[in-house]
Amino acid sequence: MSVANDVLLSVEHLTVEIGSGSRRVRPIDDVSFSIRKGEIFSLLGESGCGKSMTALSIMRLLPAGGRVVSGRILLDGQDLLQLSETGMRSVRGGKIGMIFQEPMTSLNPVMTVGAQIAESLQVHDPDSSSAIDARVVELLDAVGIPDPSARAGEYPHQLSGGMKQRVMIAMALAGKPELLIADEPTTALDVTIQAQVLELLQQLQRDTGMAILFITHDLGVVSQLADDIAVMYAGELVEVASRDTFFENNKHPYSAKLMRALPSMEKRGFQLEIIPGVVPSAGTEFSGCRFADRCHRVIDLCRQTEPFWTELAGAHGVRCHFADPNLSLPAHEQQDAVPEILHEHSVVADLGETLVDLDSVNVYFPIQRGVLRRVVGHVKAVDGVSLKIPKGRTLALVGESGCGKTTLGKGLLQLIRPTAGSVTFEGDDLGALKGEALRERRKDFQIIFQDPYSSMNPRMQVGAIIEEGMKAQNIGDKASRAQRVLELLGQVGLPEDCLDRYPHEFSGGQRQRICIARALAVNPKLIVCDEPTSALDVSVQAQILNLLAELQQSLGLTYLFITHNISVVSYLAHEVAVMYLGRIVERGTVEEVLVNPQHPYTQALLSAVPSVDSDSGRDIIRLEGDLPSPSNPPSGCHFHQRCPHRMDRCETDYPDEASLSDTHVARCFLL
Amino acid sequence: MPVVFITDGLLFGLVFMVLAYAIYASRHPHLRLPWKKVARSRMGMATLIILLAYVFIGLLDSLHFRPQLNSGSGSHPIVYSNEVLSVLDIVLQPMREHQEKTYSEPFALHLYSKETVESSAGVQQRIYPRLEFGGRHLSDPSQRSDDIISIMLIAASKALFAWLLIVLMVLSLLAIKHETPLLGLISKVVRGTSEIPWRIILLTLSVVILIGKVSYDLGLSYHVLGTDKVGQDVFYQSFKSVRTGLVIGTLTTLITLPIAITLGLMAGYFRGWVDDVIQYVYTTLNSIPGVLLIASAVLLLQVYMDVHADDFDTLEERADLRMLFLCLILGVTSWTGLCRLLRGETLKLRESDYVQAATAFGVANSRILSRHILPNVMHMVLITIVLEFSGLVLAEAVLSYVGIGVDPTTNSWGNMINSARLEMAREPIVWWSLMAAFIFMFTLVLAANLFSDTVRDAFDPRVQAER
Amino acid sequence: MIAYITRRMLYAIPILLGVNLLTFVLFFVVNSTDDMARLHLGVKRVNPEAVEVWKQEHGYDKPLLINAKAEGLEVVTDTILFTKSLGLFVFDFGRSDNGRDIGYDIRQRMWPSLAIAVPTLLVGLLVNLTFGLLIAFFRHTYIDLWGVIFCVALMSVSGLFYIVGGQYLIGKLLAVVPISGYDTGVNALKFLVLPVIIGVISGIGAGTRWYRTIFLEEIGRDFVRTARAKGLTERLVLFRHVLANGMIPIITGVVVVLPTLFMGSLITESFFGIPGLGSYTLDAINSQDFAIVRSMVFLGAVLYIVGLVLTDIAYTIADPRIRLN
Repeated sequence: MSVANDVLLSVEHLTVEIGSGSRRVRPIDDVSFSIRKGEIFSLLGESGCGKSMTALSIMRLLPAGGRVVSGRILLDGQDLLQLSETGMRSVRGGKIGMIFQEPMTSLNPVMTVGAQIAESLQVHDPDSSSAIDARVVELLDAVGIPDPSARAGEYPHQLSGGMKQRVMIAMALAGKPELLIADEPTTALDVTIQAQVLELLQQLQRDTGMAILFITHDLGVVSQLADDIAVMYAGELVEVASRDTFFENNKHPYSAKLMRALPSMEKRGFQLEIIPGVVPSAGTEFSGCRFADRCHRVIDLCRQTEPFWTELAGAHGVRCHFADPNLSLPAHEQQDAVPEILHEHSVVADLGETLVDLDSVNVYFPIQRGVLRRVVGHVKAVDGVSLKIPKGRTLALVGESGCGKTTLGKGLLQLIRPTAGSVTFEGDDLGALKGEALRERRKDFQIIFQDPYSSMNPRMQVGAIIEEGMKAQNIGDKASRAQRVLELLGQVGLPEDCLDRYPHEFSGGQRQRICIARALAVNPKLIVCDEPTSALDVSVQAQILNLLAELQQSLGLTYLFITHNISVVSYLAHEVAVMYLGRIVERGTVEEVLVNPQHPYTQALLSAVPSVDSDSGRDIIRLEGDLPSPSNPPSGCHFHQRCPHRMDRCETDYPDEASLSDTHVARCFLL
Repeated sequence: MPVVFITDGLLFGLVFMVLAYAIYASRHPHLRLPWKKVARSRMGMATLIILLAYVFIGLLDSLHFRPQLNSGSGSHPIVYSNEVLSVLDIVLQPMREHQEKTYSEPFALHLYSKETVESSAGVQQRIYPRLEFGGRHLSDPSQRSDDIISIMLIAASKALFAWLLIVLMVLSLLAIKHETPLLGLISKVVRGTSEIPWRIILLTLSVVILIGKVSYDLGLSYHVLGTDKVGQDVFYQSFKSVRTGLVIGTLTTLITLPIAITLGLMAGYFRGWVDDVIQYVYTTLNSIPGVLLIASAVLLLQVYMDVHADDFDTLEERADLRMLFLCLILGVTSWTGLCRLLRGETLKLRESDYVQAATAFGVANSRILSRHILPNVMHMVLITIVLEFSGLVLAEAVLSYVGIGVDPTTNSWGNMINSARLEMAREPIVWWSLMAAFIFMFTLVLAANLFSDTVRDAFDPRVQAER
Repeated sequence: MIAYITRRMLYAIPILLGVNLLTFVLFFVVNSTDDMARLHLGVKRVNPEAVEVWKQEHGYDKPLLINAKAEGLEVVTDTILFTKSLGLFVFDFGRSDNGRDIGYDIRQRMWPSLAIAVPTLLVGLLVNLTFGLLIAFFRHTYIDLWGVIFCVALMSVSGLFYIVGGQYLIGKLLAVVPISGYDTGVNALKFLVLPVIIGVISGIGAGTRWYRTIFLEEIGRDFVRTARAKGLTERLVLFRHVLANGMIPIITGVVVVLPTLFMGSLITESFFGIPGLGSYTLDAINSQDFAIVRSMVFLGAVLYIVGLVLTDIAYTIADPRIRLN
């Protein structure tokens, strides 16, 4: 790599090992890159690729048992690995600041945020000791926290997730760092909050001129933010390029595949391109290219020889045999196969007959107070929701965390009984069904959960897990059930030898397949998919989305797809309902809502989604503040406090449904 | 005539349960894996060997019978002794029968207190008389140390020989099982690189065999740990106390396990009024100071047994019932902890996705409880069982000291301490009873504590986090 | 907060009723009132009249639980259970079966109990905290490994041996302090040293190991990593972040036992001849003095519940995240 004199941090041949003896693994293997002063350098990769470990090595904060085996980490020409522990301490929080993925757990819960920032100031900014309180307030103000002097005296739990991440940033800024390491800083946040934090980071970077090492798995965020991008795979760097080069002329098959695996509106009706398999674990022994097993253009050479790092023009580097000019291999430009068409997607959706009809459903949870535990109020998780789900279609329920979308899904399934309103399934009122009648009816509607790790009993074999529903519903005899389980495994693309294995032996994506097979076992008509891909990596997400789309085609399933991921919605759904604080604010077909959103909240939500395709000049509608508490929702329109178009009326009245087309409705006074 | 006490039956029942569990666990990877982890731990295996040695003694002492007094030939019906003996009593018969008059020090040849003895010349003397059994074969007291050393050496070489035979047998079996050459296996074991730490297992075994054999051989001609006030061999008493410790430590938890599990799961799963009632019950029980509850219960039993003295064939049977009752009442005061733990865990599990999924299939409550919740709290139950064991062994000693423990006629470490304490003021001090109880208890409890640490580390999901 | 405490106190009433009923039943399954009278009168003076007189004097001449002869409310109220329990709920313990004022005895005897229990608790806390932090500081080293094994070894020794061994070593062999006994005022000091030292030592094993677990758990948390990323020294990280958070379970663990300190320790007090509530209870058990046993059970239950409430309050003070409602 070119070493210019404006290089701030240079990582050279870094190799890290963890554990000892037979359990020794190498999560980082010979990684080199450099970060220029004042740039945003993004380290991109799926989970388990060694991104966070790289950041922790730079800080010399590796977990117990981890050690740097070889390599150098030069900051302004000084090797951090050679520093004494005392010397390193002045670098941590001084020249290098760091923020972490989980703002909820990264702050000390029993210290006020002001004290935690002051602590950093005392170490790195001794001059400020006379005016430390003023500096704390100044820093909190700089990261956009309203009323900073009051907030400095609060404890972390009194702040929302976004606020906590701002506090973390303020803390990192206290030492006036030249480099800020941000390890997935927005992954735990909602999109509208993510947009706020990203904007803050960009603005701070411009104002202070510090460099940022931004670690993420999200291509959208990268395209919006990064100057340079390094892609990590299985402990190695596979490609380093500037942003433009990366998005337009990437050379590594993994980079290309990652991009094509992203769901989007344009890919509707087509199979998503998938990367088969999963990221190999850190303990794997490699003989050739680490990506060989998942690569679509793999040749024998890839499995035999490890590819060298190839420097291309314009500070662009790739680790792939196809990019190596010394090996005259078939040209890289060769176009990949055109994705298979999955179904003809009608532009004007024919919505057909209704399977489920929700009519003003409420799900309230009582709040009890006082000596006698009287009910003093309700958490209105779902508040008067009416929806129709047409047969054989997908309705996406979109909203940020805490808006009540999961509660609505469980209310529909009668896992939580709605407090009021009716759920009509094929003409039967589910709320009126009790005991045995409800138990029998349950075979018609099933659920797939978000976290494939916790949704299966770890003590049961896969065969028994899939069979359980059939047993409970008295479907078939033992032999026919066993036959059906095998069939289901085939249907979701798993080998038959899974039967007597346990869930922990499978990867996240495979587990989600098992969960789908389990749901299908009772031949349901409706499946509530509760964020089924949000715990999965992009490449695996594509596999699951493809499977769900195929199953809908072949079995005529109806989905209620609960998600916060707009690109998944645009790829998969027919209709969209946007939920805010327990209420549906807008619904319509995908085209209507996503292309032409009418409610200010929908507009803000859509604009906040970082997208690979959009121009860098797009406007983000910045929402102020956080989602209010559903126990004490704002009067009138729930959104009025954060709405850029609020009027006086919004504070007192709740707007009626405004019909924009046969299928498109929104609740806003503007319409 | 064999006699089966209730605790004997329960103890052997427990052994069968453990065996059944072992077979079950070996077929279920989620149980096999953590146990494999235990099997790979040096600490775990070393302590397990020691625990097994105790269990072996305890089980020998649980095979009871009443010896035949006559041959029962012809017209005479067979008469059985009123005294109930165990297999251990037979093994340790010499020590049981070598009863002196009163205190004597370990390896002593003379009594601890002076007695007035009439010599052959008819002169009355105050002397320390020779013991009736301890070192009887020695004509000259000065030969004692030579004699002890020679007994030790012979016993040690015998023990070593036996141990080598066992080692050879174990290693050959291993070699056959894994189909590896014996020599390679031996070098692996010697270097300590075998997967299961055979080196430490076999070394611990050697120590156990060595100490066992040497002290047994010495015990045949000496009182290795002295004698107590009535001249009983303390070494024998200590061995007999092993069973008491084991019974209290295991049966207590066993008896209360069903209550704690049932109530804990019900309170957590059904919530509402069921939860309220169960919580009320255990808070109430918890708020009564434990010792007072145990005291009143034991007094209650005492009175009952005094009234119904005729219902018991033997003294031992009576003592056994009291021991069982003590387990029961100790259980009543200790089930609340596990119950509360299980309630909390069940509350969490019932909200878990896989229970929700089962509900969505319309799976019945009883099935959700038995298939989904119970298997996922069993590790807590197991950890509780092993953790409580050592605490209960210690508690027995304290309760016996207060006078509300096992029957005073039952051999127990608590009773040993209690009787020795009265002699604390004696000058010079009578220390060997205390020392014996200390060594036997400490070894057992330490081994149990270290073993339970290993088990907990292997089963605690927080330790397993790195999946 | 006040509503919460009120609610907890109201909840205590059914529990105390249950406790009282349970002790009552347990005791009278064993003894009839006649048995009690005979026991207290002594062998010589037993005759039916004397028994009746004793029962009348001590209020045991009524039916136990239900008075079938009475009418209206008196079916329940005119019984031994009711008359004997009523006083308890206003902390009037009445007279013991041998005529002593129990309330007075408790007030007298709680001081020696406290004089041992409080210093034992405080010194023990300090010692265990120090060792716990020290071991946590040397985590992943042999000091940690052997420290834990040493703790387990200390835990494996029966409390009786600590007392016997301590009495022998310090009291008898070195003859520094008297083995047992008690005195008033400053003179009590020399009698207190030994039980306190032994109490502290016997608690080191379990305490240190427990605190170590707590500290190690806190050391693994994200905010500790944040503190290190700030460039704080290991000392500051341990004391300001780890200790502060670890103190939450530790403080609450200590607070829950605070009220029960009044009750004293049966074993320690009887071994050292301290006239506290522990030995009081033990004597009452041995002489089957129902009035005292019942009073002590009741007092113990009240203190236990107070401990629970105090724990909850301590949580809200130590942990800003927790609010009671």
